[in-house]
Amino acid sequence: MGLLNREEAEALIQEVLEVYPEKAKKDRAKHLMVNDKTITQSKKCITSNRKSVPGVMTQRGCAYAGARGVVWGPFKDIIAISHGPIGCGQYSRGGRRNYFAGISGVDSFCDVMFSSDFQEKDVVFGGDKKLAKLIDEVEGLFPLSKALSVQSECPIGLIGDDIEAVSKKKAAEIGKTVVPVRCEGFRGVSQSLGHHISNDAIRDWILPARDGKLDEGTPYDVAILGDYNIGGDAWASRILLEEMGLNVVAQWSGDGTIVEIENTPKVKLNLLHCYRSMNYIARHMEEKYNIPWMEYNFFGPSKIAESLREIASHFDDTIKEGAERVIAKYQPMMDAIIAKYKPRLEGKKVMLYVGGLRPRHTIGAYEDLGMEVVGAGYEFAHNDDYDRTIKEMKDATLIYDDATGYELEEFVRQVKPDLVGSGIKEKYAFHKMGVPFRQMHSWDYSGPYHGYDGFAVFARDMDMTVNNPCWSMFKAPWQQEEVEAEQKVA
Amino acid sequence: MANIMIRKSDKGYVFYMPKRDIEDSIVSMEFDSPEKWGGEIKLGNGGIYYIEPQVAPERLPYSVRAKRIDGVE
Repeated sequence: MGLLNREEAEALIQEVLEVYPEKAKKDRAKHLMVNDKTITQSKKCITSNRKSVPGVMTQRGCAYAGARGVVWGPFKDIIAISHGPIGCGQYSRGGRRNYFAGISGVDSFCDVMFSSDFQEKDVVFGGDKKLAKLIDEVEGLFPLSKALSVQSECPIGLIGDDIEAVSKKKAAEIGKTVVPVRCEGFRGVSQSLGHHISNDAIRDWILPARDGKLDEGTPYDVAILGDYNIGGDAWASRILLEEMGLNVVAQWSGDGTIVEIENTPKVKLNLLHCYRSMNYIARHMEEKYNIPWMEYNFFGPSKIAESLREIASHFDDTIKEGAERVIAKYQPMMDAIIAKYKPRLEGKKVMLYVGGLRPRHTIGAYEDLGMEVVGAGYEFAHNDDYDRTIKEMKDATLIYDDATGYELEEFVRQVKPDLVGSGIKEKYAFHKMGVPFRQMHSWDYSGPYHGYDGFAVFARDMDMTVNNPCWSMFKAPWQQEEVEAEQKVA
Repeated sequence: MANIMIRKSDKGYVFYMPKRDIEDSIVSMEFDSPEKWGGEIKLGNGGIYYIEPQVAPERLPYSVRAKRIDGVE
């Protein structure tokens, strides 16, 4: 069960590729690589953000999922209308457990589903009237919402409805912001374009609303971008920033509100957690409002300390002292956690296949626990994500882009990791293979994992999964003998 | 022609094309003075783009139209 060396890892990739027909093989070969730390530019060895090969089991979502599920869903006082047939709306509702503080259905709408329920006649005659009626009904039933966003599903783009016109007209009528989001599922190759489209919609329809009307703010104003408050992540991050003396103006978008978005242009620094889904708006604010941005990583005590110091370096000495104070305060707690769990987890191998920021950001947290990440991959990353990942990963580890179900299973079978972290679609396949598994998209119904408080939960969860006694009882009694016999032969 | 954004990092200019999400360092820029800025720019990945020479922007990042002359996208 030793780690693979470079030749073995390359042989494994070749072996996995064998199964594909010639054309698919050529295409997939570009998406798999063995890590080499000397490479500075990922595009020389891995291709990403390309259309999936037809016929393989890709794990990707669509632009609508990226917009409705990731970016717009967690804003608590913005009603996200899924404009189109009912299914997309139903399946994108509440699955990510973006926590919020508020009363659901009264002033918060993260876990309520609004859909225009498109029927055949709407496709034939157009759905604009239905959308206008829907907005009126929503306004009547939920008057405490602060804004609406219209998330268009595939048919809207296909039949050419003008949701922008309806949104503008209704916004004037009801006196609230109505944001049309052109996130039809067929756009782009994955959910990644949905993030981009959402960022652009926020840029065009919400951010300029208070241009010239914002107050100065304090010199310590910051905004958290790209934290979706999964299981309370953003809260666990926010308290650390506040403790070191910063003033968190906005959370994008977990537990966030429209007022927070509108107030963001007054911050002095944008803190970017999920680079993939929010870098677009950070870049825009840098250009238009002259707000610098930086990426940070709140997984695991070493990365948190590093990030807190880096954040503090943008401010004066009081914040720098604050950062040191926070690190000193929590370090004993963290030492106790590591002392407890490291002996149980030391040397265990992890394979990750997630989206967004996690394949690279969680590496530090695993290493704090003495675990090693032997393979990482993204569903929808771009080259700049891999640039960052290559630096974090050890040499001769596997990196896979848009991996297929078959590839993942084969990698796990051969590399034999002690833990796999991936999404719900892979969860039961790996359970059946007898491999400990954590669903890392929404922390397997646990969380938070960010911040110092989150690390305590993270360490406990990993221990709970890896050292669960159930894995030793995996074989039925009549299979047990076969296994033992096999082991003797080996 | 595509919109690009040019930023300044500690290592020099950085090229970013939002449409295709390409970020790369700018190895050389033909004109880089306050009065005349732009021209042919060469990227770290070997790409070459052309910006109409103009007065240097007051502050970066700065969005500008650029023409692709050569190189990978």
